[in-house]
Amino acid sequence: MTELAPVRFVAKNMRVDLELIAGMIEPNTRVLDIGCGDGALIDYLFRTRGCDARGIEIDMAEVTRAVAHGLPVMQGDADNDLVHYPDNAFDYVVLSRTLQAVEQPLEVLRQMLRIGTRAIVSFPNFGHWSLRWQLLSTGRMPMTQTWSRMWYETPNIHPCTIRDFFDLCDAEGYVVDQWLAADEAGRRAPWRRARLLANLFGEQGLFVLRKAVGPSAETR
Amino acid sequence: MDQTPLPQINHQHETFTEGLLLDCGTVLAPLQIAYRTYGTLNADRSNAILICHALTGDQYVAEQQPLTGKPAWWGNLVGPAKPVDTNRYFVICANVLGGCMGSTGPRSPRSTGSEDLWGIDLPPITIQDMVRAQKMLVNRLQITRLFAVVGGSMGGMQVLAWASLFPEAVFAAVPVATAPYHSAQNIAFHEVGRQAIFADPDFFGGRYWEHGVVPSRGLAVARMTAHITYLSEAALTRKFGRRLQGNNALSPVLFGERFAVESYLEHQGSSFVRRFDANSYLCITRAMDFFDLAADHGGSLASAFRGSRTRFLLVSFSSDWLFPTTESRILARALNQVAANVSFVEIISDKGHDAFLLDEPDFHRTVSGFLGGAAEAARLK
Repeated sequence: MTELAPVRFVAKNMRVDLELIAGMIEPNTRVLDIGCGDGALIDYLFRTRGCDARGIEIDMAEVTRAVAHGLPVMQGDADNDLVHYPDNAFDYVVLSRTLQAVEQPLEVLRQMLRIGTRAIVSFPNFGHWSLRWQLLSTGRMPMTQTWSRMWYETPNIHPCTIRDFFDLCDAEGYVVDQWLAADEAGRRAPWRRARLLANLFGEQGLFVLRKAVGPSAETR
Repeated sequence: MDQTPLPQINHQHETFTEGLLLDCGTVLAPLQIAYRTYGTLNADRSNAILICHALTGDQYVAEQQPLTGKPAWWGNLVGPAKPVDTNRYFVICANVLGGCMGSTGPRSPRSTGSEDLWGIDLPPITIQDMVRAQKMLVNRLQITRLFAVVGGSMGGMQVLAWASLFPEAVFAAVPVATAPYHSAQNIAFHEVGRQAIFADPDFFGGRYWEHGVVPSRGLAVARMTAHITYLSEAALTRKFGRRLQGNNALSPVLFGERFAVESYLEHQGSSFVRRFDANSYLCITRAMDFFDLAADHGGSLASAFRGSRTRFLLVSFSSDWLFPTTESRILARALNQVAANVSFVEIISDKGHDAFLLDEPDFHRTVSGFLGGAAEAARLK
């Protein structure tokens, strides 16, 4: 039996995935990347887009690597550290492939849209056909490249589907500015306009959210 | 134990005849600040890094200490091609106000030409007073903005005071193994040390120089107590364990056999009294005890940094129980509250508080990378 890779918060396949996210961020803006790993995205945003980009990362070895590269990263996590930031401190708050691993996804999203104007969220889609097929055909928890750990040791404690996430945005009153489904490597899948197909064939969902403006949001 | 008074050395210094208005309301004049510099100040005077030393440190951060002949106390961090690279940066380090290595302190005359020394009557000094004195030196060197201020332990407290008092004069701040306030436990340990000094019959109410002695026994015990707080249980166990100095047979005399850890502490104490003044120790430990940045800002630590554009790097060490990671995290969160630019790393080490002075590659990589990133942001050539 091969030895398991050391436990990481989430498996990340950074490069292409990050390019998609970077493409959604305006130049010269303030960005907070939660779960920033070694800081590849903030490095890219600082160097190519002039952004004031900062990061939070739970894994101390990654934090040390990022800071040793001159990147402003602090040790912390989405569940416990967002609450300390002031309102509207950032233009974008990014949570890449981490939402399914936080303890309180609803609260994390609320905090993201409190401290930032826009939230960029990506997550692995549990509605992908291969997962559905494995569950149906084997009767066991699916195992894929993304969902690669046994149910009792996975850090991904809150899996959801792209449809589920749309429902959550409706319930919370979040406006979906942009969304797309992508494959594991982060390449766009052609399912942007058809939610049901995206939910079947997209390996991950990527959303740009903002709070609804106007009286409905104020009175909520 | 060595009773020889500290020799007077002529340290490089600047004198400020106008003096300094202290937090306690007294004007301390004239003011003398002893300091050392390393490297070259660039043409637009933008590459200066101020190093703030800890309780018993001094300005000889990157060279041999003239009194003890010991190597530079932060030579692994500051020097040519080191993380604080003196080939690139102009490094300044000043002896703190209240110190005994050439800056105004208990061994200074009460006024110009006076025969009488301050001794224990020196007005109380605060960490902020130390920083204001350093600012006068920096002004005298015609530097309007320091590229960085770096310090560990009490040096870290000074870094925080710099960032709070003079935010526009600090581009980057690196408080290491420190806290925004001195904890009750830390004050308690300081008090044990002070009581040992007071109890020494050679203390003579703080005027021991009149008797040609120093309260060396008391000062040594103070250092021994403090030294325990700088280490960790793991480090003590690794270095000494329960090892005895001589053979392991039970001695017929109660104190015939000594544990290795005992003679180590004894050595720490006796070498300390040859390089440090007891009244300075009292004066500076008191300054640390009264440090509480939040209390100075209506109970809100975040208020101390409101609007700050300084880039911060906070570093703590996992086995440091004197300035534990929890206290750095309090600081990190206060800085988050004002959306300051903050990096925060806890270095895994079993060497306790002392780790900040020791060979910790992760710490050195972190400081080097942070300063490099800050230099890029500052467009430092």
